[in-house]
Amino acid sequence: MEPPTNMDFISILSIFVMACFVGYYVVWSVTPALHTPLMAVTNAISSVIIVGALIAAAAAGSASSKWLGLLAVVLASVNIFGGFAVTARMLAMYKKKDRPAPKPEGQ
Amino acid sequence: MEHAATPAWALLAYLVSGVLFILALRGLSSPSTSQRGNRFGMIGMGIAVVTTLVTHLPNMMAAPEVPEVPYDFLLDLPGLGAILVAIAIGGSIGWLTARRIKMTDMPQLVAAFHSLVGMAAVLVGWAAYLNPEAFGIAVREVLTTDQLAKSYGALQIFPQSRIEMGLGIAIGAITFSGSVIAFLKLAGKMSGAPIMLPGRHVINLGTLAAIIGLTGYFTLDQSLWVIAAVTALSFLIGFLLIIPIGGADMPVVVSMLNSYSGWAAAAMGFTLHNTAMIITGALVGSSGAILSYIMCKAMNRSFISVIAGGFGVVAETGGEAKEQRPWKRGSAEDAAFLLGEAEQVIIIPGYGMAVAQAQHVLREMGDQLKARGVRVKYAIHPVAGRMPGHMNVLLAEAQVPYDDVFELEDINGEFAQTDVAFIIGANDVVNPAAKTDKSSPIYGMPVFDVEKAKSIMFIKRSMGGVGYAGVDNDVFYMDQTMMLLADAKKMVEDINKALSN
Repeated sequence: MEPPTNMDFISILSIFVMACFVGYYVVWSVTPALHTPLMAVTNAISSVIIVGALIAAAAAGSASSKWLGLLAVVLASVNIFGGFAVTARMLAMYKKKDRPAPKPEGQ
Repeated sequence: MEHAATPAWALLAYLVSGVLFILALRGLSSPSTSQRGNRFGMIGMGIAVVTTLVTHLPNMMAAPEVPEVPYDFLLDLPGLGAILVAIAIGGSIGWLTARRIKMTDMPQLVAAFHSLVGMAAVLVGWAAYLNPEAFGIAVREVLTTDQLAKSYGALQIFPQSRIEMGLGIAIGAITFSGSVIAFLKLAGKMSGAPIMLPGRHVINLGTLAAIIGLTGYFTLDQSLWVIAAVTALSFLIGFLLIIPIGGADMPVVVSMLNSYSGWAAAAMGFTLHNTAMIITGALVGSSGAILSYIMCKAMNRSFISVIAGGFGVVAETGGEAKEQRPWKRGSAEDAAFLLGEAEQVIIIPGYGMAVAQAQHVLREMGDQLKARGVRVKYAIHPVAGRMPGHMNVLLAEAQVPYDDVFELEDINGEFAQTDVAFIIGANDVVNPAAKTDKSSPIYGMPVFDVEKAKSIMFIKRSMGGVGYAGVDNDVFYMDQTMMLLADAKKMVEDINKALSN
């Protein structure tokens, strides 16, 4: 296997830097009323770290690495399901004025 | 191998899930689009997980010592089963917790979730260290380069990957131990008051320098003790950093840890060259950083001074009521009469409302007043509660329509045309000392101009307590102020009774 080249590193660094800018503008556009759901949902999506956990859990070669991976899968899953579910629960509570409550959809 | 040969469709799938995460946050720009946004987030996560499972099916066959030898694939069914069970266990714990948690307990739930992301990052980092080939971040040392008699030695992790791994583990560990302390403080299982260690700045800076130094040294020596020391010191500093911060600074701490959990995911994303992780890490990292900035600005405190900790300690001694001043006590009936006669009432909820669980009776009061033709608005300070937006969620839970709820800068001009400013469980955010008294610890913090309202009602447990900043509040002693001394929920219930008579 080849060591990563500079170009590899620069291209992922570029994605990272661009994503920081996207994050900056997207987060400023979030209404302050939804800052708590914002934290809950960012919590859920930062558990995308489960990708690394799955790779470790699936790989042969090191039993300890596998167990660490499985444990990380459990922790990240708590966060993913818990984070999205609690966000959905909160968001469903936000209602507009003077309108009969719309039928709760898909929750 | 796996890493080099990640198929193009998988790379695209990770990109798609990254974009879906961006859309998930974008949806939060308005309550009407937010639920769709959340579903985008779930789909994105589903895509990332399925893609990883499919491209990394558990293999029974370990990679051979010599890289050139092709090796077979044999599906490890028990291995796959174990992964699915792990997801099921974690998923059900998370789902049940999310269903049961009380909205007042959101801050500690979020802190607990942050600690899990941090711990997961540490575990993934260690797994990558112990099995670097699986992550495609190592190469076997070539001992003899002779074409015919090539021989291989130990696995060498790429130096660049070592730095990324070290950073991921360090940030993850700080997130974990910091969040555990934040959780204990928010859940009331540990004193919320700042705990000051002597010489803590020196200890903290020293520990931080040691972590950076060791991470650098890790590129030269991939021994176990180096990475173990980085992990241990990082756990320690996360603990030391959060211990001295307490009380009103908790919203900043929670946002800051949110940011760290993002950077930890990003660092792991660099190790794995995974677009979804890098995009998410950047999003979450900047989200937490922006929220910390908003919170600091709303308290007129610099980020550094929050991190340095200890807010509220000095004030405990200096902030006693300076002298006995006269104040007026009102009854629920008096309050109900004034409220009923008003044209416009602005309700200012604070953390005390959450503690007393008074949001539901408060909404009933608002409904009763509206039925009498009173305009009722809710005003929320950015740092009200123990996390950003906490009050908004509690009001939404009590079915207060979100277009009745206003931010500080949107409503502050309206107090002059307001008959009653109704303060429930808030204190520092209405303290005029923030505007006038340069010596006050909260000087410069933007506050509500309640003193411009025709009358002020202040629900408070007793006259003894002061706000989190430990400062006396001139509003208590103003001519137009009526102090309603009781438990917030009890008082509002009594007002409701009086209103309906």
